[in-house]
Amino acid sequence: MPFTTGEKAESPAEAASAPAPAEGAPGLVARLKDNDLVASFLASKMTMVAAVVTVVLVAAALFAPWIAPTDPFDPAKVDLLDSHLPPRWVEGGEARFLLGTDDQGRDLFSAVLYGLRVSLLIGALGVAFAAAIGITLGLVAGYVGGRVDAVIMRIADVQLTFPAILIALLVDGVVHALLKGASREDTAFGVLVLSIGLSFWVQYARTIRGSTLVEKNKDYIQAARLVGLSPVLIMMRHVLPNVVGPVLVILTINLGLAVITEATLSFLGVGLPPTQPSLGTLIRIGQQFLFSGEWWIVAFPGVTLAGLVLAVNLLGDWLRDALNPKLR
Amino acid sequence: MTEPVLSVRDLRVEFATRRGILKAIDGISFDIAEGEVLGVVGESGAGKSVTGSAVIGLIEPPGRIAGGEIRLAGERIDNLSPQAMRHIRGKRIGMIFQDPLTSLNPLYRVGDQLTETIRTHLDLSPRQARERAIELLAEVGIPAPEKRIDGYPHEFSGGMRQRVVIALALCAEPDLVIADEPTTALDVSVQAQIIALIKRLCAERGTAVMLVTHDMGVIAETADRVAVMYAGRIAEIGPVADVVKHPLHPYARGLMGAIPSLETDADRLVQIPGAMPRLSAIPPGCAFNPRCDRTFARCRLDRPEPIVPAAPADAGHRVACHLYDSAEAEALP
Amino acid sequence: MIAFIIRRLIQSIGVLLAVALIAFTMFRFVGDPVNQMVGVETSAAEREQIRKSLGLDDPVVVQFGRYVAKAASLDFGISYQFRQPVTKLLAERMPATLELALVSSAFALAVGIAMGVYTALRRNGWLAQVFQAVSLVGVSLPTFLTGILLIYVFSVLLGWLPSFGRGDVVAVGSWWTTGLLTWTGLRALILPAITLGLFQMTLIMRLVRAEMLEVLRTDYIKFARARGLSQRAIHFGHALKNTLVPVITIAGLQLGSVIAFAIITETVFQWPGMGILFLQAVQNVDIPIMAAYLLFIAFLFVVINLVVDLLYAAVDPRLKSTVTAS
Repeated sequence: MPFTTGEKAESPAEAASAPAPAEGAPGLVARLKDNDLVASFLASKMTMVAAVVTVVLVAAALFAPWIAPTDPFDPAKVDLLDSHLPPRWVEGGEARFLLGTDDQGRDLFSAVLYGLRVSLLIGALGVAFAAAIGITLGLVAGYVGGRVDAVIMRIADVQLTFPAILIALLVDGVVHALLKGASREDTAFGVLVLSIGLSFWVQYARTIRGSTLVEKNKDYIQAARLVGLSPVLIMMRHVLPNVVGPVLVILTINLGLAVITEATLSFLGVGLPPTQPSLGTLIRIGQQFLFSGEWWIVAFPGVTLAGLVLAVNLLGDWLRDALNPKLR
Repeated sequence: MTEPVLSVRDLRVEFATRRGILKAIDGISFDIAEGEVLGVVGESGAGKSVTGSAVIGLIEPPGRIAGGEIRLAGERIDNLSPQAMRHIRGKRIGMIFQDPLTSLNPLYRVGDQLTETIRTHLDLSPRQARERAIELLAEVGIPAPEKRIDGYPHEFSGGMRQRVVIALALCAEPDLVIADEPTTALDVSVQAQIIALIKRLCAERGTAVMLVTHDMGVIAETADRVAVMYAGRIAEIGPVADVVKHPLHPYARGLMGAIPSLETDADRLVQIPGAMPRLSAIPPGCAFNPRCDRTFARCRLDRPEPIVPAAPADAGHRVACHLYDSAEAEALP
Repeated sequence: MIAFIIRRLIQSIGVLLAVALIAFTMFRFVGDPVNQMVGVETSAAEREQIRKSLGLDDPVVVQFGRYVAKAASLDFGISYQFRQPVTKLLAERMPATLELALVSSAFALAVGIAMGVYTALRRNGWLAQVFQAVSLVGVSLPTFLTGILLIYVFSVLLGWLPSFGRGDVVAVGSWWTTGLLTWTGLRALILPAITLGLFQMTLIMRLVRAEMLEVLRTDYIKFARARGLSQRAIHFGHALKNTLVPVITIAGLQLGSVIAFAIITETVFQWPGMGILFLQAVQNVDIPIMAAYLLFIAFLFVVINLVVDLLYAAVDPRLKSTVTAS
C-alpha cells in the first residue's frame, strides 16, 4: 500500500477526535478510489464498457474520412456493378467491402462511418442548440420573474404536452413549408438541428430556472445588484456559473435522445436525404431490402445506432446517479 | 430464578460497506425479565436501534448478525428461519417505531391494518378480528373507536397515530415490546401520555419492554433498569435508580450530568467534549478513551469488560470501565 | 372537489387555446391557403374572390375566433392533398390508431408491472438481471429499429406473422372499424403492438422497480414486517398498492405520447392510422391536417390529464380530503 502512508503515523486518538481532516494526504490513486464518482465508475463494468464503446464510436466518427476505405458519396468511385454485395465473410462477399455494399454499390463500412459522423454531429449540435435556448430562457425566466417568467414557463408547459418527436416533425414540416423554394438537400441539416433544438429545450429551462430562483436571493447576487451591475452581466457572470452544473447530466442523457430523434426523422423520410445519409437514412434504405434477404444493408447501421445510443444512455444514467441522485 | 423474557449474549452486528466492515454492535449482553422495562440510552449511532432491530430479526443487508445469541424465553431466535422468525414478530415480539406519521400505510384504513395483523397471528374470523381491533383502539385511548376504525391514518393526529401503532404492536399479546424512540417525533405535550400508556398496558399484561430512547427523563420515569450504550457497546447497565443517581462510567456520568433538573444550577450542565467516534474509527481499548477525562494507559490498550463494581453494589449493576476493576482501583492514587 | 374540477377545466381550456393559436398560426401564415386551394391558372380576381369568401381579409383576431369556433365543431378545413374534409380523413383512420395504442398500452402495463415487481423483489436473481438488461436495450432501441428487427425475425425468417397492414376489419356501428374481431386482424396487430409498447413497457418496468424499492424502504413496510405479516401480504398488498398509484398516473399520462409515437410504428408496419396521415401531411406540407392532428393530441392529453387527476383523487385517500378541503 504505497499510497496510504499518511494514516499510520497518527495515533488512534487523533483519528477519532478529529475525523475528517486528520486522514492526511493519501496519494492521488487512493484519493481517486475514494471519490464516489470514480468509485461508482469502477464498480460498474457496464459503465466502463459503455465509455469504451462511446469513445471508439466518437473517434470513428471524427476520423471517418481517414478510416473509411472509400468516400461513399463520391459518385466517381461508386460502381453500380458492385451493388448488393454481402459482407466479406459471407459467401459471395468481396475483400474490398468489409461489410458489403448497398443497392447503389457503396461500401457499407464507409457509409456507416460517414452516417455515424452525420448522426453524432446533428445530435450534438441539436443538443447544444437546445441547451443554449433552454439555459437562456431559464435564466431570464428565473432572474427576471414576473410576467416574462409566466409566459416562458407556460410555453414550456404547453410544449411538454407533446412528445419531442412530434414537435420535431412539426418544426420540420413548417420550416420546409416556409423555405419552399430551397431543395431539401440544402436545408435538411439545419432544419434537423433546429427541430431537435426546439424539441428539447424545456428540460434545460426548467432546471436552470429552478436553481436561478434559489441563487438570485443569495447575498452575493444582491451585492452585485447594489453595486449596479447590469442584469445581463449578473446573469452571465454570477448566476450562470452557479446553476449550470446539472446541465451536464441532461446534456448526456439528451444526446442519446437527440441521436434517436434525428435517426427517426431520417427514417421517416423527413430528415437527411439519401445523398448525405445519416444512420437513420441508411436504415430507411436498408429496410426495403430486408425481404430479399439482404439483411446487412439495414443490420450494420442499425447495430451501430443502437450501440451508440445504448452506450451514451448508460453513461448518462451513471452520471445522473453518481452526481445527483435527486434528478431521477 | 425464572427464565428472562429476553436474553442477549455477546451480540455482534456488522455492516459491510465499500470501505470495510463496520461493527455497529460489538459484543453486548443483557436480559429483560417479565414485566420489566429496560431503557436503552445513548447518542445517535451508539447502536440502540440496531439492537432493537437485531432482536426482532429485521437487520437488513448489508447488515448481519455476526455473532452471539438472542433467546426469547429461553429459546434461541437469532438463527431461526425467516419463516419461523415471522411468526415471532408481531406475535411474541411487538415493535413500536419512532415516527407514527410514516409507520402506518397511508392507503390502508386503520382498521384494515389492525385486522390484517390480528388475523395473521390469531385464528379469528374477520368479524371477531374487527371487534378485537375496536377493543384495542378503545384500550389505547382512541375515542369513538367503532367509527375511527374506518378512518385513514392521515385523519389521525400524531399522538393518535402513535396510539394506533401501539395497538398494532400489542394486538397479539406479545411477551416483549420493543419501543424505538416512541415519543421522539411527537409533540412534547403528548409524549408523557404515550409513555404512560405504553407503561400501563405492558404492566397490565406483564409484557417486557425494551425502551430505546435518548431521553434520560423518560428513562428515569419509566424504566426499571437502564443500559447506557456507547459506540456499539454497553458502557453501564443496572437498576435505574443506581445508574441515574450514581452513574459510575465516566460516559454515563457525563450523560446524567447533561440532564437539566430543578435542583441543580442550570449553569452547571455538563457537556461531554468531542463526539462519538465513527464506527469505522473506533479506537482500541475503551471506545470512550479519547473523550474521557480519567483515561490512563490501560484504557488505550485493553477493552474493558462489564464488571460488577466494588461499591455501591447492586446485584444487577455492571460497568465496563477499568476504573472499577479492583486491581486497577488500588493502583490509582 | 367541484372547485378543483372547475379549476382543472379552466387550465385545460387554456392549454387547448394555446395549442389552437399555434395551429391557427400555422394554418394562416405558413404558406398561403388560397394558393394551396386553387390551380395555377386561376386569375388574380378569382383568388381575391376566394380570399374574401374564406374571410382571410378579416382582422386576425376575428379569424382566430372563427378558427376556434370551427375547431370546436370539428371542422378543420379541407386537406390540401386529398381535397377532402380533414375531419373525415382523421375519423377514418382514428380506430386503427386508437386500437393499436390501447392494445400496446395494455401490453406495456401488464408486462412492465410484472417485470418491475419481479426485478424489485428479486434484485439479485439472474432473471432480474436479464430483465434489467432488456429494459436498458428497450429504452435505447429506437422504435423503428425494434419494428424492423421484429419484422425480420417473425415475418421474414419465421414467416409467422404479417409484416404490414391491419388485416381484415369489421365495421362496428357507423364510424368505427375494428381488427380485434378477425383472426387476420389480431395477427396483424401483434408485431405493431409490441413495437409500440416496448418502449413504454421498459419505462414502466423501470418506474415500478424504482418506486417499489423506494416503498420497500419506507417505515410502514418495516412496521408491517415487524408485525409479522406474510411476505405476500407485504409485497403484493402493502408495497404494490403504494407503488401502483404513481405508476398508473404516469402510464396514463403516457397514453398521449403513445398515440404520437404510433407515427413511427405505423410507418414501419404500413398501419393505416392517423400517424401515417400526419407524416404524409408533414412531407407534403398539408397544413390543415398537421394543425388538426396537433389539436387532437393536445385534446387527448388534456382529457387524459383530467381523468388521471380525478382517478388519483379517488384512489389516494389523502388527496381526496385535501382536495375537498381546499
